[in-house]
Amino acid sequence: MQWETVIGLEVHVQLATRSKIFSGASTAFGAEPNTQACAVDLGLPGVLPVLNEQAVAMAVQFGLAVHADIAEVSVFDRKNYFYPDLPKGYQTSQMYHPIVGPGDVEITLEDGSTKRIRIHHAHLEEDAGKSLHEDFHGMTGIDLNRAGTPLLEIVSEPDMRSAKEAAAYLKAIHSIVTYLGISDGNMAEGSMRCDVNVSVRPKGQEAFGTRAEIKNVNSFRFVERAIAFEVERQIELIEDGGSVIQETRLFDPERDETRSMRTKEEANDYRYFPCPDLLPVVLDQAYLDHLRSQLPELPADKRERFQNELGLSAYDANVISASRDMAEFFEVVHSVCGDAKQAANWVQGELSGALNRESLSIANSPISARQLGELISRVLDDTISGKAAKDVFQALWNGQGESADEVIEAKGLKQVTDTGAIEAMIDQVIAESPAQVAQYRDSEPEKRGKMIGYFVGQVMKASRGTANPQQVNGLLKEKLDALL
Amino acid sequence: MAIEDSHVRRAAHLARLAISDDQASGFVDDLSRILEMVDQLQGIDTEGVMPLSHPLDATQRLRADEVTETNQRDNFQRCAPAVENGLYLVPRVVE
Repeated sequence: MQWETVIGLEVHVQLATRSKIFSGASTAFGAEPNTQACAVDLGLPGVLPVLNEQAVAMAVQFGLAVHADIAEVSVFDRKNYFYPDLPKGYQTSQMYHPIVGPGDVEITLEDGSTKRIRIHHAHLEEDAGKSLHEDFHGMTGIDLNRAGTPLLEIVSEPDMRSAKEAAAYLKAIHSIVTYLGISDGNMAEGSMRCDVNVSVRPKGQEAFGTRAEIKNVNSFRFVERAIAFEVERQIELIEDGGSVIQETRLFDPERDETRSMRTKEEANDYRYFPCPDLLPVVLDQAYLDHLRSQLPELPADKRERFQNELGLSAYDANVISASRDMAEFFEVVHSVCGDAKQAANWVQGELSGALNRESLSIANSPISARQLGELISRVLDDTISGKAAKDVFQALWNGQGESADEVIEAKGLKQVTDTGAIEAMIDQVIAESPAQVAQYRDSEPEKRGKMIGYFVGQVMKASRGTANPQQVNGLLKEKLDALL
Repeated sequence: MAIEDSHVRRAAHLARLAISDDQASGFVDDLSRILEMVDQLQGIDTEGVMPLSHPLDATQRLRADEVTETNQRDNFQRCAPAVENGLYLVPRVVE
C-alpha cells in the first residue's frame, strides 16, 4: 500500500528579551544556577507577574511576518501540572485567546519549488526551569534560571507531507525569527525546540491517522531522522495488523529511534483557566501599525528580489537569503563590485568554504564584505586574474593587508595587459621551445588548440602568473600560426 | 453530571491533595451542590455574550524590558530544605 505522511510542528522559540516575561530577572544564558531566579520566578507567595512589553512586541512582529491575524485581545491562562522545575504548579500560557492567530509561511524545497504551510496560531508562555538528573545523593537538582524566560510557541497546521518539508519549515521559521531579531535561534542552547506530530494514512484517504507526538527534537537534522524513524515504525505497525496509539514519544539521537515516554497518569488534564493575576492584553491598531513599519525585509521578500531584480538563480537566492547575516554581507559585496552573480559565487564559494573550515559564522568573517567586493572589482576590471584573486583572498583572510589593492601592489599580482610586454615573453618562450614549435607545426590543425596549452603555461610561468591569460592565448595563436 | 467518589479522588490526585475517606464523601456532597449551581447557569442564554476572563474592567499594564532583579540566591535558598552547588534538591524525578 502507498502511505502518506502527515506532519505538524510545534516550535518553541525563546524570545531574545533582556528580562523574563513576568519578572525583572535576567535571561542571560550560562549564569551560575539560580542566580537569575527571582521571587516571581520561584513562585513565592504574594508575588505578582507583570508582562514584559518587549515579549509582546516580539510576538506581534512574528505574527506580522507570517501574515497572521493579531488578536486585539489576548488572555493568559494557567496550565496546571506538578513538576519540580515548575515551582508555581502551573505554567502561564495562552490556551483560548492566543496573541497570534492563523497565518502562513512559505517554504522552499531542495528542487527550488515552494509550498505554503499554514500556521494555526502562536502564543506567548513562560519556559520552565531545568532538572539535572546527575546523582545528588539520590536527589534531583533544580536550576530555575530558565524559569520565566519568554517563549513563543508556534503551532503549524498538519500541512507537511515529508521529513524534508518539516525540516524546510523549521528552517523557514528559524530564518524569520533571526531576521526579526526576536530570537538568537540557537538550537544547541535550546533557544529553539521542536515537538513533531506525525501520522500516516493510506494515500488518497482524507481522514488523518492516529498521531504520535515526538518531543525533544532539537536540530534540523534530528527532525528529519526522528520523522523517518517514526514513519517507518507506524507503517510497519499497521501493516502487521496493529494500530498506532496516541502517545508522546522521545527521540533518542544516539540510537536514532523514538521511544514511548511512560504515559503519566492523567498527564493531559491540565485544568486550564484564565490567570487571575494577569489582565487581558489589548493591542490597538496604531501599535500594530507602528510595529509593522519597523519590520525588516523578510527572507521570502529578499529571495524574490535577489531572483527577480539581481538575476540570481532560485538556488543561489534561497541559500543567500536564508540567513540575514549572509544576505546583508552579500548585499554589501554586490553594491561594491556591482556584479550580483560574481558576488553570490564568491560568498557561497570561497568565503563560505573558508568560514566552514574554521567554524566561523559570517558575522565573524576575517574578511569584510567591502574587502571582498573590492577584490571582485579587481577581477572584473582585469587588474588581476581569477587565480591571483584567490591568493589575494587568502592574504586578506590572514590579515596581510587592509585592501585588495594593497595586497595586489605588495605581491606584484597586477595582471600584465601591456601587449608589448606579453609579446616579448611569448617571443622568448617560442625561441626557447623549438621542439614544441616543430610539433605544433606538424600536427593536425584541430589538435593545435590543445597543444597551445603548453605555451600558455610557459608564458604564465614567465610572467609569474600576472599575464592576462586570454590575451596570452590570443597573441600566442597569432604568433604560432604565423610560423606555419 | 453526578459527582462520584472516583471524581473526587482523581481531582485530589491532580492537585496533590491527600484526603481521607471521610473527607472524600464530604467533598462529593459539596461538589455536587456546586455543580447543581453550574447547571442552573448553563440554562441561561449567553448567545452573543463575550466570555469574561477577568472581572476588572481594565487591561494589562506592560513593563519595560529591563533587568531590575539582582542575585538573591542565598536569601531564597535559606528556606529551601536541601541545596547543593547552587541547585535546589528535590526527590528524584525519573522520566
